[in-house]
Amino acid sequence: MKPAFEGQAFVLGDDIDTDQIIPARHLVYSLEDPEERKNYGRFCLSGVPVEQSGLPEGHIPFVAQGEERSRFRIIIAGKNFGCGSSREHAPFALQMAGVLAVVAQSYARIFYRNAVDGGFVIPLETEAYLPAEIQTGDRVLIDLDERELRVLGRNKTFTLKPLGDVARIVEAGGIFEFARKTGMISGRPL
Amino acid sequence: MTITEKILAKHAGKKEVHAGETIWVDVDVLLTHDVCGPPTFAIFRREFGKDARVWDPQKVVIIPDHYIFTEDPYARRNLDILRQFAREQNLPHFYDAGTERYRGVCHIALAEEGFTLPGTVLFGTDSHTCTAGAFGLFATGIGNTDAAFILGTGKIWVKVPETMRFVFEGQFPPYVQAKDVILRILADIGTDGATYRAMEFTGEAIQQLSMEERMTLTNMAVEAGAKNGIIEPDDVTYEYLKNRARHRFEPEFSDHPARYFSIHRYRADELEPMVAEPHSPDRGTPAHRLRKVKLTRAYIGSCTGGKLADFLAAATVLQGNKVAIPTFAVPATVRTARKLKETRLDGRSVWDILESAGVQIGPPSCAACLGGPADTFGRLNGPEICISTTNRNFPGRMGSKESAVYLASPYTVAASAIRGAITDPRDVL
Repeated sequence: MKPAFEGQAFVLGDDIDTDQIIPARHLVYSLEDPEERKNYGRFCLSGVPVEQSGLPEGHIPFVAQGEERSRFRIIIAGKNFGCGSSREHAPFALQMAGVLAVVAQSYARIFYRNAVDGGFVIPLETEAYLPAEIQTGDRVLIDLDERELRVLGRNKTFTLKPLGDVARIVEAGGIFEFARKTGMISGRPL
Repeated sequence: MTITEKILAKHAGKKEVHAGETIWVDVDVLLTHDVCGPPTFAIFRREFGKDARVWDPQKVVIIPDHYIFTEDPYARRNLDILRQFAREQNLPHFYDAGTERYRGVCHIALAEEGFTLPGTVLFGTDSHTCTAGAFGLFATGIGNTDAAFILGTGKIWVKVPETMRFVFEGQFPPYVQAKDVILRILADIGTDGATYRAMEFTGEAIQQLSMEERMTLTNMAVEAGAKNGIIEPDDVTYEYLKNRARHRFEPEFSDHPARYFSIHRYRADELEPMVAEPHSPDRGTPAHRLRKVKLTRAYIGSCTGGKLADFLAAATVLQGNKVAIPTFAVPATVRTARKLKETRLDGRSVWDILESAGVQIGPPSCAACLGGPADTFGRLNGPEICISTTNRNFPGRMGSKESAVYLASPYTVAASAIRGAITDPRDVL
């Protein structure tokens, strides 16, 4: 886990459910096959209604036509991000599209848990409602040590909530790495 | 302690646990299906090794149900991956598609097959795993990574949830179903109103519900963000499990008093038929206020609204009527489908009543509840306006992003199908 990173923000609203993150018809692809799994990046956030895709204006595709990586590396959202199904394909799709972190006001618990235990993206929370403060395309810097998010060139800084109990799993890079570090399971298989 | 805390304490080997505490629990059953099974098995092999064995073959239940009746080659490949894993690992509880063992929607099949035992701990790679809480067990949905971890170790971490208690005093009116009850709760607390928490349903009106109706209630606990939904077991529970239960079980009950995050009291007789407007299950409003909404499609099915009780309710309304809009019905399980043919209302089978009313009946599976591949039965492939007994109406949930879904009870869906517009079932019952 890098202590600080920056990237362009992609801004979404409230209740972004897992069908919007990766529509159900795409759940058939392998998550292992190096070519097939690229589809998860390609179709990431393709279920978001166009007028809400990239706020405030909307109508911004998260992944450009024909691409499998997004130019946006940080997702900004409102409350209850990742609600709906338990599909781990959702945080995986975000990772495949190149997302490093999601910063939302709150999360649905299965998405949050999947993001952490699978080590896909870091789910960060803020007290502030960031979709009202940040625009799609803004460059933001996330500093985990200082626990803050800075909007570059706009002189705005927001405090990130502490990760709490899951910090150790996030730092380890997922539940398996965490369990190995603590001796709960044995070393990596050959 | 609450029933949820007591079950978790027992499975963590502790006398007591408190809400907020992070604990490791022993898992009684791990459930998976065709969408999340293949990636779970891949992670299991990657992390535990090619020759690794699952922790306990008796505790792994694989019920394919999502993409069964499709020609999609990837979906068919995923079924083959399940077959291969079940064979390699010698798993006895695999209900393979295309065989006599095929059952249908996993949450309902799991109960029918007697895996939902009071006092136990169940994890499943599907958000609606919380359905099983109707039997007084701790049941919740997880992702593939957590499931792979359980497959190898039989354990997983849980943060003990705070409990919200929902008390229903008195009796529900005959036209109100469990679906109306949960839509009302969702309208009151929102889609994040119970995030991280347990929802415990209790009271005289709940005790009078059948197991299938109780399952509708706990099924949609996840729609409020809850970790689990739970109902204390009673004679109705034990009766359902008679001749079904796989093992002996030790039920747990909430202490009086126990510590609750909040207590919500309702008078059951004041509830009304509810409809959740697009595009969120918490946009519930009484059905009679939406009478002007014209529909192009009706759908009866899924783990939420595709059980025998749901079709019986729909048939009560549809009997002697014709649907005015294309109406699709998908029994949750093979057993449900068989019961539709065996169960009679005024001398005619439920199946016959549905068909005579013009309803198209498809084979048991999750089908269009979650859209799925383009050739899925009942899928909304364009700008349809659909009323459905399913659980979610997020944008594009049942197929096209241009479609709009209204969620309602089987009574309300059937009444609306007859009129082609949203209809309060009291208008036709």
